[in-house]
Amino acid sequence: MKNIKFLFFGILFGIIMTKSEAVSWYRIQEMFRFESFHMYGIIGTAVVLGALGIFLMKKMGLTSYEGKPLKLQAKEMQVKRLLFGGTIFGLGWAMTGACPGPLYTLVGHGVWVIFVIIASGVFGAYVYGALRHKLPH
Amino acid sequence: MESLIEFISQPWHWAVSGAAIASLMFIMLYAGEKFGVSTSFETICSMGGAGKRVELFNYDWKTQAWILVFLTGAAIGGFLGSTVFQSPEPVQISQSTIDYLNSVGVATPQSKAEGLGFVPRDIFNFSTLASLKGIIIMVVGGFFIGFGTRWAKGCTSGHAISGLSNLQLPSLVAVIGFFIGGLVMTHLLLPIILKL
Repeated sequence: MKNIKFLFFGILFGIIMTKSEAVSWYRIQEMFRFESFHMYGIIGTAVVLGALGIFLMKKMGLTSYEGKPLKLQAKEMQVKRLLFGGTIFGLGWAMTGACPGPLYTLVGHGVWVIFVIIASGVFGAYVYGALRHKLPH
Repeated sequence: MESLIEFISQPWHWAVSGAAIASLMFIMLYAGEKFGVSTSFETICSMGGAGKRVELFNYDWKTQAWILVFLTGAAIGGFLGSTVFQSPEPVQISQSTIDYLNSVGVATPQSKAEGLGFVPRDIFNFSTLASLKGIIIMVVGGFFIGFGTRWAKGCTSGHAISGLSNLQLPSLVAVIGFFIGGLVMTHLLLPIILKL
């Protein structure tokens, strides 16, 4: 039951992703072709407001509602991992027109074939897990 | 109530969407979690028992169960967004993108009867899965998403939104990677794949 709030946040996420059109394959094509400001506006606004908000949260020493520190760990600078992994993800993002969150949102749109993409994504994660000691990080 | 639904149903301005995403990230942080979705692939592997063979997945998936609940919500939200809050028009993309897509044989819906403009129906369906084009776009595409986000340890939500908001330089490197891959695919490879 502790997790039920995340169902509500997820519903908000799905509505926001749909209404923002960030789950549109067409919008992603347009973004990577630099033919509209739409997606850059969304990400830019989210990051600028997000940075301002996180700065203030830290400054005020805000904790989670349970009094724990906010989950804002520093990320490790592993250039190869970030760049190679990021590039592979980028290839997949431009093909499917969806990053992980939107995939689940699109299932809600009734595009059932998206389950195939999700299953493939899970398999990809598994293969990464199995091969990761052989990959540069 | 009806006018509220009508109000929400218009396509949102990018600034409204961006502000909504930032607000959701704040709420998630306050709720004690982070705004990041791609961990879910790992959680599903772990839930399926992959931890017996691969140590990356060897943890109690129940500690990550919240993300599966969140994604169930994302699907419900997608349903609501595309039905109750459906926009009066299909997604309106720029004319130059429309011209390009039509030139490579992708239909762009101009009326709701042709689609809502989220996914090109003639690519994303089960019968296309039997073609090379469908296999590359959906099966290989999905694989790249799972493999790449675990290698880079994050996706658009974890790196581009959460990481950049927290001024993390590693996230900027990851986002540069996202764009290298996205640009290579969009400009060099996809035009070929779409014509298969």
